[in-house]
Amino acid sequence: MGLTLTQKIIARAAGVTSVAPGEIVTCRVDLAMMHDSGGPRRVGPMLERLGAKVWDPSKVVVIADHYVPAIDADSAAILDLTRKWVKAAGITRFHDMQGICHVVLPERGHLRPGLFAVGGDSHSPTAGAFGCFMFGVGATEMAGVLVTGAIWLRVPQEHSVRWDGRLTTGVVAKDMVLAMCRTISLNGIKYGVVEYAGEAIAALSMSERMVLTNMTAELGAQTGIIAPDRTTVAYLAEVGVDAPDAITWQSDADSTPFKRWAFDATSLEPQIAAPHSPANSAPAREHRGTAIDQCYIGACTGAKLSDLHMAAEILKGRKVAPGTRLLVAPASTRITAIAAADGTLATLAEAGAILLPSGCGACAGLGAGLLAENEVCLSSTARNFKGRMGAASALVYLGSPYSVAAAAVAGHIVDPRELLAEQAAA
Amino acid sequence: MSARSNFGRAFVYGDDITTDALAPGAYMKKPVEEMASHCLEAIDPNFAKAVRAGDVVVGGENFGMGSSREQAAIALRQLGVNAVVAKSFAGLFFRNAVNVGLAPLVCAEADRIRPGDELSVEPVVGRIENLTTGEIYTCEPIPPHLLDMIRDGGLLPHLEKKLRKTAR
Ligand code: SF4
Repeated sequence: MGLTLTQKIIARAAGVTSVAPGEIVTCRVDLAMMHDSGGPRRVGPMLERLGAKVWDPSKVVVIADHYVPAIDADSAAILDLTRKWVKAAGITRFHDMQGICHVVLPERGHLRPGLFAVGGDSHSPTAGAFGCFMFGVGATEMAGVLVTGAIWLRVPQEHSVRWDGRLTTGVVAKDMVLAMCRTISLNGIKYGVVEYAGEAIAALSMSERMVLTNMTAELGAQTGIIAPDRTTVAYLAEVGVDAPDAITWQSDADSTPFKRWAFDATSLEPQIAAPHSPANSAPAREHRGTAIDQCYIGACTGAKLSDLHMAAEILKGRKVAPGTRLLVAPASTRITAIAAADGTLATLAEAGAILLPSGCGACAGLGAGLLAENEVCLSSTARNFKGRMGAASALVYLGSPYSVAAAAVAGHIVDPRELLAEQAAA
Repeated sequence: MSARSNFGRAFVYGDDITTDALAPGAYMKKPVEEMASHCLEAIDPNFAKAVRAGDVVVGGENFGMGSSREQAAIALRQLGVNAVVAKSFAGLFFRNAVNVGLAPLVCAEADRIRPGDELSVEPVVGRIENLTTGEIYTCEPIPPHLLDMIRDGGLLPHLEKKLRKTAR
């Protein structure tokens, strides 16, 4: 029987020819990524206690994104510690305030298909969009990786998720993933791996694929992955990654998944997840009229260039409704630069959007844009768990950048296709 | 140490207890004592005040879902909790718990435990005795390669032991 893409990557990293689900193996790590929150300030003292050094500084990427820019003395001290530790450890792949880790990793050319990688963050599965096997670990486990260069793993069960058909206008990857959260549930994959395939997946840009693999974390999976294709290869060339073997990383035709899931893209409508779970999703029209205090376009999953373009498409020539505020935190400084050059930022600003720094910000309740008691927010981020974005009584809904921008204009939740249709008619 | 048997009262919560509830983001830059004093406050404002050393947290499905922050497990350890019993765990939380010396016990009968029940928990053999009801529950065995780590009190002490051995 053939191997899946995931099994091939794990077998290669474990130095064996084949692995089977359930087997426990130890893998050599090709890339370890950590950020300012779970990184140096946590692992530094652990390495000191062990009297150990980083096994291979060239395999480590550190990204300061959670506490940027510093908003108080505590966060300033965390960033200061991060910078000093990186220097002392001899790590050269350090991105300081250049954007959110999961977006910066591919953008700066650190990812290539076939990599076995770990990240000190639960949304590390994002890298699966590039054909990498990457999963999240906590700080202690990261310290173990930094000392030994290796990590144990139970070979995950393979879940095949197919999306057939084509998405229609105004329906995007975030809608796909919110529908999956409802159908599969937040525990449905039980730490297995999801491989996405099908016509609708093949049609997605890398930026949209990243939304799917990012939020595979929300399905209770260890990680998600998409086999490289022409879109992947074109992206890698664009960011200057030389990966001649990229396209060879595929599942064998005769490999069999543990479970198959099938979805239809053509019939999918824009989705909104109600508080306090991404699985609590329904078509946007069912929430029509829900008044929104804050619209937030941010985070690794919801503020990439394509996301800002969606927002601008809705906001062009329109204004944010009085009584509603729209905050936009582009996911990286490179994205900000492109959005400035192509006029997107001007469109957002003219509509009344408030631009925030590139970083995790309000997504995890760390930076600017937190919610007061009982406030209602519609956000393009990945999670709406109780208390995550500020006050525990705040109500956070999740939706695509189209939906968030549309709600900003209407002052309440609407199906974004209503506004896109008006735009087209005008 | 979590590998030893453990005796305490049950604090029972439902499915999908999140890392945002266990270790709220707003306190993530604070010292562990302060962060732990807000553990679970979004769902039970009384928990951190009421919990005592040896007490056991009991959940439903998918305990610890969400972030990779191991502070979710550390907060419980800080408050004296050495074992969490649940029907299932989020994979990342399970790894983190083992790494910081908190025993994650998968128990199909977790929903038989009521708040305040007195429990005697033996992580290594995977046995829970409910002293209040007299019931005995068995847990899924913890993989042998992880038992060593739990016995040593977590990944760091485990690595320390290993590094000491190789240095000799
Ligand atoms: S933007 Fe949000 S989800 Fe993404 S890494 Fe930052 S805190 Fe995590």
